[in-house]
Amino acid sequence: MINRSKWATAFIYLASICVVLVSVYPFVYAVSTSLKSGTALFNTQLLPSDADLRNYRALFEGAQPFGRSLLNSIMVALLTVSLALLMGVTAAYALGRIRFKGKGLLLVCILSVSMFPQVAVLSGMFELIQSLGLYNKAIGLVLPYTIFTLPFTVWILTTFMRELPIELEEAAIMDGCGPLRIIFQVFMPLLWPALVSTGLLAFIGAWNEFLFALTFVINDTERTVPVAISLIAGTTAFEIPWGTIMAGSVVVTVPLLLLVFFFQKRIVSGLTAGAVKG
Amino acid sequence: MIALMLIVAVWPLARSIWFSFTDTNINDIASSEFVGWENYFGEYGLFFNPHEDGGFWASDWGTSVRNTFSFAIVSVILETLTGLGVALLLNQEFKGRAWVRTAVLVPWAIPTIVSAKMWGWMLNDQFGVINAYLISWGLISQKIAWTADPTYALWAVVLVDVWKTTPFMALLILAALQTVPKDCYEAAHVDGVHPLRVFWKITLPLIRQPLLVAIVFRLLDSLRVFDLIYVMTANSSSTISMSGFVRREMVEYGNMGFGAAASTSLFLIIFLTAIVFLRVARVKLSQDNP
Repeated sequence: MINRSKWATAFIYLASICVVLVSVYPFVYAVSTSLKSGTALFNTQLLPSDADLRNYRALFEGAQPFGRSLLNSIMVALLTVSLALLMGVTAAYALGRIRFKGKGLLLVCILSVSMFPQVAVLSGMFELIQSLGLYNKAIGLVLPYTIFTLPFTVWILTTFMRELPIELEEAAIMDGCGPLRIIFQVFMPLLWPALVSTGLLAFIGAWNEFLFALTFVINDTERTVPVAISLIAGTTAFEIPWGTIMAGSVVVTVPLLLLVFFFQKRIVSGLTAGAVKG
Repeated sequence: MIALMLIVAVWPLARSIWFSFTDTNINDIASSEFVGWENYFGEYGLFFNPHEDGGFWASDWGTSVRNTFSFAIVSVILETLTGLGVALLLNQEFKGRAWVRTAVLVPWAIPTIVSAKMWGWMLNDQFGVINAYLISWGLISQKIAWTADPTYALWAVVLVDVWKTTPFMALLILAALQTVPKDCYEAAHVDGVHPLRVFWKITLPLIRQPLLVAIVFRLLDSLRVFDLIYVMTANSSSTISMSGFVRREMVEYGNMGFGAAASTSLFLIIFLTAIVFLRVARVKLSQDNP
């Protein structure tokens, strides 16, 4: 390591403090707001003088079924993740292992689909969802979410799949394994880290999606949480219940923050695998 | 299997393009008539509408195109710079680096809707904490309606987007920085090369490829921006994005055919931008990158 001057060290620490403050402060302020009520809301001090959980209670007992939205989101996100992983592993095996013509082109196509503007398929997807009888049902969101996560899942799993030793597969073939058994009994155990990475990213994607969730679902009871938060309204049109909104925001964000803290390494490797190795 | 995937992905796109040549209404999809290029170049079409006094850029669609591009270009430039800064910082060895890295991830982990609401509250004109601080520091004399005033609204959105996506940029750039061999730096240090020169002549060329890939990702992502603007500025006409325009036409006004024409144009615009950018920057997306 190269020795640094005192000034450089001081600068690094100062910059770090700034970066940490800017990154964390808005969320801390949101938590603080969610604990304030009444006129205390309009006081900008960070530590609430008399903190209580009234906003959280209002959130779950209010006119909108926020608890139900939370359940919807969990269900939709989990289903999307399992479907995407199941199909992703199979497709990644084909792309990473089996040689066929036009593979490079196909990979580029897959990548470009993941960068695709969701809105470009909005009308077509609307018709598809409606004709499948999935309109206005939370579960219907699994279909567009899976389509939009899958390319990314396949892309990352393919880069991981390529790193596995080919001898392993050859040995399995010698022992008479079919492709499906190779995938599920030989590769799956080795791919766990990659599966966790992609699964987490797919989960976060599905949890946060807004456009489809806003458009394909009308009933309050079928909404997912991002839409529910954006629609929290006060008793009158001129009063925005910031306390309740912030409470909802905290409830939605905390699970994600916990995931990110515990699986930080996995998430970072998943995010960077696509871009750097790709 | 892959064929099935492609069909499921391509079918809605194909249908959307088809709708753009019809006068479909969202409430009755089955009955529609083929109208050719009417939605694009017709009397009330997206382009060359003779009823628009101020020309193309004064129409709602023109505004949304301009908004989206100003948003995308400014925020991608800013977040590349901040991301690069944070990545260079995290690439240094110092105590507590792991903590800083975790803290940096926080904005990335927060859902877009939540960050939109959170910043909307902080930027609130009457009770927002940002106005309160700026006034107490004497930087502004009056409270500013950041998200409602058309002069500031778009830049407020850019600010939030930069805040939210800097971590993504920083992580990608950091990963690239860590592939730069240490010997290069040591050699430069022994030769007494100025740190800035090291950065321009060694670091930047070596991370160029991953940096450009990250920029492409972010550029395409920000050109389809919808949720942030929709939630923060209530989708007012002055800040509407292309995606917001499509959704408004299609869902709120019910003009599915017209909306589809806009969405198809948006798709082509983004596609062309991507190609132009890749050509100009000479990025290779194929798998045999160094």
